Amino acid sequence: MDATIKKQLEITATEIRMGVIEGTFNAKSGHPGGSLSICDLLTYLYWVKMNVNPSDPDMKERDRFVLSKGHCAPALYSTLANKGFFDKEELKSLRHIGALLQGHPCIHIPGVDMSSGSLGQGISVACGMALAGKTDNADYKVYTVLGDGEIEEGQVWEAAMFAAHYKLDNLVAIVDNNGLQIDGPISEVCSPEPITDKFAAFGWHVITMDAHDFDSIEKAFDEAEKISGKPVVIVQKSTKGKGVSFMENKCSWHGTAPNKEQYDQAMEELNARLAELKA
Amino acid sequence: MAEVIKKATRESYGEALKELAAECEDLVVLDADLAEATKTVMFKKAYPERFFDCGIAEANMMGVAAGLAASGKIPFASSFAMFAAGRAFEIVRNSIGYPHLNVKIGATHAGISVGEDGATHQCNEDIALMRTIPGMTIINPADGVEAKAAVKAAAAYNGPVYLRFGRLATPIFNDEASYKFEIGKGITLKEGNDVTIIATGLMVNEAMQAAKQLEADGINARVINIHTIKPLDTEIVCKAAKETGLIITAEEHSVIGGLGSAVSEAVTQCCPVPVIKIGVNDEYGYSGPAVDLLKKFGLCADNIVSKTKEAVEKFKK
Repeated sequence: MDATIKKQLEITATEIRMGVIEGTFNAKSGHPGGSLSICDLLTYLYWVKMNVNPSDPDMKERDRFVLSKGHCAPALYSTLANKGFFDKEELKSLRHIGALLQGHPCIHIPGVDMSSGSLGQGISVACGMALAGKTDNADYKVYTVLGDGEIEEGQVWEAAMFAAHYKLDNLVAIVDNNGLQIDGPISEVCSPEPITDKFAAFGWHVITMDAHDFDSIEKAFDEAEKISGKPVVIVQKSTKGKGVSFMENKCSWHGTAPNKEQYDQAMEELNARLAELKA
Repeated sequence: MAEVIKKATRESYGEALKELAAECEDLVVLDADLAEATKTVMFKKAYPERFFDCGIAEANMMGVAAGLAASGKIPFASSFAMFAAGRAFEIVRNSIGYPHLNVKIGATHAGISVGEDGATHQCNEDIALMRTIPGMTIINPADGVEAKAAVKAAAAYNGPVYLRFGRLATPIFNDEASYKFEIGKGITLKEGNDVTIIATGLMVNEAMQAAKQLEADGINARVINIHTIKPLDTEIVCKAAKETGLIITAEEHSVIGGLGSAVSEAVTQCCPVPVIKIGVNDEYGYSGPAVDLLKKFGLCADNIVSKTKEAVEKFKK
């Protein structure tokens, strides 16, 4: 990847991470850990890959995005705000009464293609969108992001079967493999491993990537682009809490908001990263 | 006397889908390995490229329907009521109801009249479940003519609709040529001022038969067909409460959460009168021929007659 583009993407991803901290701090609740692990992915999708238009969010030919792991709404909202779908100030009222930004994604928010939050459901909806695209011979692609804990839901595998059966090669699912869920490491709670083998057995083309390296991300999506006749899953190896030192790889940051002191420290770290990138 | 023609409402559902397909290009049909039984097979044969079998996976089917609707399609997702409303409840609630997507759920084999398959498949709870979902429209047609009209009205309406159909062939009493269907509008089939029988689904015909018997015994019963359980036609219900002072409800569904509950909730607010609920009591069904089961569970004209007489005796004399 071109070094200038890569640096710009890293800057954007850092700004999106700041939005995640801003949102969850002001909400005094929410899910920063899993949000921080998908910020680079969302940056790549919305700034490189997807055909979307912030001034026409419902544009018919747009690429669709479904956040199947809906609890990571802070990352999606920060992405959409940074992209210009709505004012960044909205992040400060995340989860407040009467606010635009609901605790989990809601279809009425500009740029949000589907309400989600109850795990396992988003991938089915993404299948429906991809199927509609196929029957209409439309060019758009459908992207959906699932958690590695989320794939413990049986509905995910119903959808996996369906997508392969209907050869939905306009569908790309990304599994955020940060290895942690609420009750502990996924390997200890009720292991969904081996994730890549499972999807391969269900008839998907499987790609792996480093979730925090834009060269790796680009390579994965370039490969996905070439696949026809079957759906693609990208299993991204990620770090829960990525970018904020004290949140990294800690289960406890799954669903806990930073207090004022933690907020200041997180922002200081992210601002330092931003200054370093801009230097 | 003209011969009574019998037809299952699921049969009319299949016919209506096929008829609608030509004029409604966005209409697509999903099923979960039950196309022969739900009768979506009629559509499948005529429009195979617009029919998608989801296999035995109702949760995913409802999600796929939501995605299709979010992309401009008008999906009819079909299965037995037990699985469409029961198994997939939370998906219907969160992926269809909450975003208020234009999905039509075609639920067949509702109620005790499933017959021999027994309790696991006799869904007497679907109306109760669907009623709790904000913005969900629930239609329970009384005969084949009404079923066909309901499917067409549902397709023309923008929003989620739960359509409830039966397995058993039941008498057609509406006249196809003159019948008019409007979502949310109850139909007064017979005037009367002593008592009102409010019925839905296959119990509407039973209510009409019961009213004739009651007439012979000097009780003048009003009969109202409530095909749309939600939104309920509270105007026709409250008017009946005010004018007749006593209501009997009749439905092939649990007495908890269905038509009887909806009517009770309405009259307690506009004109509190006694409401006697005829339906499946707080119990499971069992195997047997459908017609015999309906009698066993009191879902027949004779039981409506005796319950009505009892109530008139108790409350009106």
